[in-house]
Amino acid sequence: MTVAPADHLPSVKPEQEFIAPPSDPDEERIEAGVAIVGGGPAGLSCAIRLSQLIAAEPRLAELLGEVPIAVLEKGPRPGAQLLSGAMMSPSALARLLPDVDPSEWPTYGPVDRDAVYLMTSRRALRLPTPPPFRNHGNHATSVARLGRWLAARAEAEGVVILSETAATKLLVADGVVRGVRTGDRGRGREGEPLANFQAGSELIARATVLAEGSQGHLTGAALRHFGIAGDDPQRWELGVKEVWRVAQPLDRVVHTIGWPLRARARYREFGGAWIYPMGEQKVSLGFVAGLDYRDARFSVHDVLQQLKTHPLVRGILAGGERLAWGAKTIPSGGYWAMPSKLWAPGLCIAGDGAGMVNVPRLKGLHYAMHAGMFAAEAIFDALKTGSADDLSSYQQRVEESLIEDELYRARNMRQPFRKGLVLGGAIAGAMQATGGRLPGGHWRSEDDAVVDVFIGKRARDYPKPDGKLTFDKLSSVFASGNVTRDDAPNHIRVRTRVPLELALLWQNMCPAQVYEVTAASTTGRDALVDVTLTPSNCIQCGAITAKGGRLTPAEGGDGPNYQET
Amino acid sequence: MLVKDVPDAAAQKRIDPQTHRLDRSGETNLNPFDTHAIEAAMQMREGGALDVDEIVAITMGPESAVRTLQKAVSLGADRSIHLTDAGLVGSDVCATGYALAQVLKQERPGLVLLGQQSDDGECYTVGAVVAEHLQMPSLTQVIKITPVDGRLHCERQAEYGYDTVEVELPAVISVGDAINEPRYPSLKAIMGAKRKQLDTRSIADAAIDPGRVGAAGSRTVVVAVKPPLAKEPGEIIEDDDSDATVARIVAWLEQRKLIP
Amino acid sequence: MSSILVYVLHHDGEFNKSSLGAVCEAGRLAAGLGGQAAAVVVGGDDLSDDLCRSLGSYGAARVYRFRGPEGLAQPAIDAIATVMARDSHRYVLFGGGLLGFEIGAGLAARVGGGVTMEVTQVLVRDDRLVAVRPILQDSAVAEIDYVGEPGVIIARLNAFAVTSGGDGAAVVEDVELELSAWSTRTRMVRRGERRGAEIKIEDADVLVAGGRGLGNAAGFDLCSQLAKALGGGVAATRAVVDAGWYPYSAQIGQTGKTVAPKLYLAAGISGAIQHKVGMQGSEHIVAINKDPNAPIFEFSDLGIVGDLNKILPKLTAAIEDGRGGREG
Repeated sequence: MTVAPADHLPSVKPEQEFIAPPSDPDEERIEAGVAIVGGGPAGLSCAIRLSQLIAAEPRLAELLGEVPIAVLEKGPRPGAQLLSGAMMSPSALARLLPDVDPSEWPTYGPVDRDAVYLMTSRRALRLPTPPPFRNHGNHATSVARLGRWLAARAEAEGVVILSETAATKLLVADGVVRGVRTGDRGRGREGEPLANFQAGSELIARATVLAEGSQGHLTGAALRHFGIAGDDPQRWELGVKEVWRVAQPLDRVVHTIGWPLRARARYREFGGAWIYPMGEQKVSLGFVAGLDYRDARFSVHDVLQQLKTHPLVRGILAGGERLAWGAKTIPSGGYWAMPSKLWAPGLCIAGDGAGMVNVPRLKGLHYAMHAGMFAAEAIFDALKTGSADDLSSYQQRVEESLIEDELYRARNMRQPFRKGLVLGGAIAGAMQATGGRLPGGHWRSEDDAVVDVFIGKRARDYPKPDGKLTFDKLSSVFASGNVTRDDAPNHIRVRTRVPLELALLWQNMCPAQVYEVTAASTTGRDALVDVTLTPSNCIQCGAITAKGGRLTPAEGGDGPNYQET
Repeated sequence: MLVKDVPDAAAQKRIDPQTHRLDRSGETNLNPFDTHAIEAAMQMREGGALDVDEIVAITMGPESAVRTLQKAVSLGADRSIHLTDAGLVGSDVCATGYALAQVLKQERPGLVLLGQQSDDGECYTVGAVVAEHLQMPSLTQVIKITPVDGRLHCERQAEYGYDTVEVELPAVISVGDAINEPRYPSLKAIMGAKRKQLDTRSIADAAIDPGRVGAAGSRTVVVAVKPPLAKEPGEIIEDDDSDATVARIVAWLEQRKLIP
Repeated sequence: MSSILVYVLHHDGEFNKSSLGAVCEAGRLAAGLGGQAAAVVVGGDDLSDDLCRSLGSYGAARVYRFRGPEGLAQPAIDAIATVMARDSHRYVLFGGGLLGFEIGAGLAARVGGGVTMEVTQVLVRDDRLVAVRPILQDSAVAEIDYVGEPGVIIARLNAFAVTSGGDGAAVVEDVELELSAWSTRTRMVRRGERRGAEIKIEDADVLVAGGRGLGNAAGFDLCSQLAKALGGGVAATRAVVDAGWYPYSAQIGQTGKTVAPKLYLAAGISGAIQHKVGMQGSEHIVAINKDPNAPIFEFSDLGIVGDLNKILPKLTAAIEDGRGGREG
């Protein structure tokens, strides 16, 4: 009997729970001109662009009221819950802030050299760098730092940034998006209001931008509600990242494929590692793997620890010290999984939440920023005519841009890898060489949750953490700055009595050790086990949503507090 | 009657290897203990036993401290004062207390409330320094405040148990985290915070003697920072025979005089 | 001529242990500076001549005795400031604790001296004192010098050992206490009220802490019996507090309390960093866990790989028997 997460979903009705008409009485209503959900690259670029446009149009500014632009950020502050590689293409930042010299950007500058290795357990075979991995001209970037920097610029332009504020409901009336409802704070473990309980509020806006990032909570509900989801189901990779101080500067962008992943199609292990310099003294390294793997004992965190024991990586990290750790999912369905429409009346969806990520090239930051700017431009134009009901010009701008072009070329490159590394690699290579034309067609993505899992022996190979080079999950959660309240309500919706395969899948998958298998509660062939959760460990990577559960926003301010990821 | 808060900003802890001073350029957050101070002020105002005219939040710090003040305002302060000056960088606890006291003198508060313990280890002390300069009674570690006939009955946990101390106003009180559960700000309050009055004051504005503040005015200097002494690896006993094991544990404890 | 003053707290005719440790340390340091240590006490009738003279056996050459309110900081600041104005003293040492901090900081402001806090060690260097203290959550240690004198040193609670040797009797000098105007505006209404039988875990010298390895809430009975035998309190990890086995007030760790007792005995605790940060400053750490790979064994002073259900009761019995034997 096969076990797949999709057969054990919790009961969540996104449309009923997360979409509602505004209901607060008028005097309690809070108004903003434009509400942007998400203080990441997409949201902040949108805010900055919008403030630039409004500055030239004082009448419109007046119309937008006391708070023309509000950005809602669920983390302690913008940047605290952003995580990425990253080698960022500079085109978006240059377009957003043309007057700022690149030397003043919050990046670590371009890196001239690159190397790609096919790894075995002991060796690293240098491969000619395939085009997607060439990063000439791209800037090594910490997206957490970028987020802080963009937020400071946005605030300087008068944008109001509401940190520690989660958006839990999308307010829709008569088919038009009216704003969002913010989350409650001060509830206890069972949801009961505590002494300092503060209910959320309705923020009404003339236009709303959902820039929530991977696994966007309201985005998922909105796609369903407006019937604008993509052709293919979205799917995800999970990335676990560390930042290290190193003794020897790294002089090139490094990518690896192969070991520790297993190449056979049966395992469906797709992914690889990156190691990027962050200036002279630090490196960013991480492992990304598709969540369509089949062995329930697969753990991206432990695979990353395993990778670090390889001589090549050990050499890079020698004499160094781990400074940071974190994890996040990346949407990898590409072109076919993007929403069929990126807008609805009063609404634009931008960035990772809309699946704007080019997986073969591991790029998404600049798409997010460009999309944020397009949304700002479309909203600005619409508001000048008096209504934000028709934001189709946003869709048009995206379609005519590099976002559409690049994602289209890469549209079938991820899917072939379910045939294993070698065959998949060959097919993807052919696509790359022909600009996406061969072998054409539409290679369908599969929902990660329908992939069946079995209990394999992978865990044998994971290194025992030594606290210097390799680390266990709990001390890693500590390094993420996560100090979530112990008695906070559980924000993870998942069934807790499931087959052993699924329980082990979650226990191994989760980089933060949220899920633990306790004793079996029934016996026999279809034995079910109990899963206990420690939601205060959760760093909100989103993997559970891809594999049978659903992450909803935690209380504002909870979760990781990334500085350098 | 004025009630003033003095939140002091706690930042990312990093030591600059050149100067051996705490690098405070990182993100500044409202010291968690100071949220208790603001909450205490709010509760006093709401309680009605004390006539509270105004709650003013004051902080000393770099540009980023403004965010701290906005948070304080969103939690209930009516206005805020930002004391900032390049000459204040590197101030130790006495310099900080003196500088804050100078600003406070200009405001003439009826009560100064602070969070008692800051992340960077300046435990329970800023309040005492401020009080000395303001020539006001001071109490720290207070976990309950009850206004009685215009005076404050304060409970605090000291060396020998709970003390109840009566304090006449004006006074400086440092509160501990057990005093209350700070409220969360409402969205309205957060959004309105930016519009509340924020005064920026420099050393000159506050009549602070520059020679008594900043790194130059500090009366202590860090001369070295070292890693802690490596602990000797401990002993491990594999228990095969619990009686023997227990005897070894007892001997180990006795050797270190850990058995009463 | 004294070079170091020490404030000595007392209550009910007994001197505070941390203060006594400070007196011993002051004596040692004063000798290193070629001077003497002198104590300052503020209180009522219970500060008898004999009691005050006994400070000599801890290292104080002289005791300045003031009649005034006990347990309040500002009268003590007035007292010490009076002494310092009269005779020159280079440093003032406090044994930590609430009053130590309040008096020390206020005094530093009064006399314009530098102040260091949470000091764990004091060095004599080039005829000066250098204070040593942990920083950044105990991850580093800083050496701090004073710019000019006097210097105020506030130690971490119980940082200095109490060694009573010597038969020296201190010279007791009564000094008139002149209270400043604001010192009269605080009045002790009730002092030292003990609430409930629980020992405040932050003050306990000994803590027996229980974790998930206890198996169930009843496991805490084993912990409290051992705690009683050792004269200490009971603490808990987050996991068991979450599970409802013990109250939150006893939780140690990142989201609980931080403690540094003389003895921390961890039963059934794995030692994850979220817990470790709350107790790593403990002087002696003993761990009992059946998992030989538990991280706690990497930083415990004595680790026992075994079944706590067998060891705890036997250990309790052995300690009680030993005590009975000694007292008998």
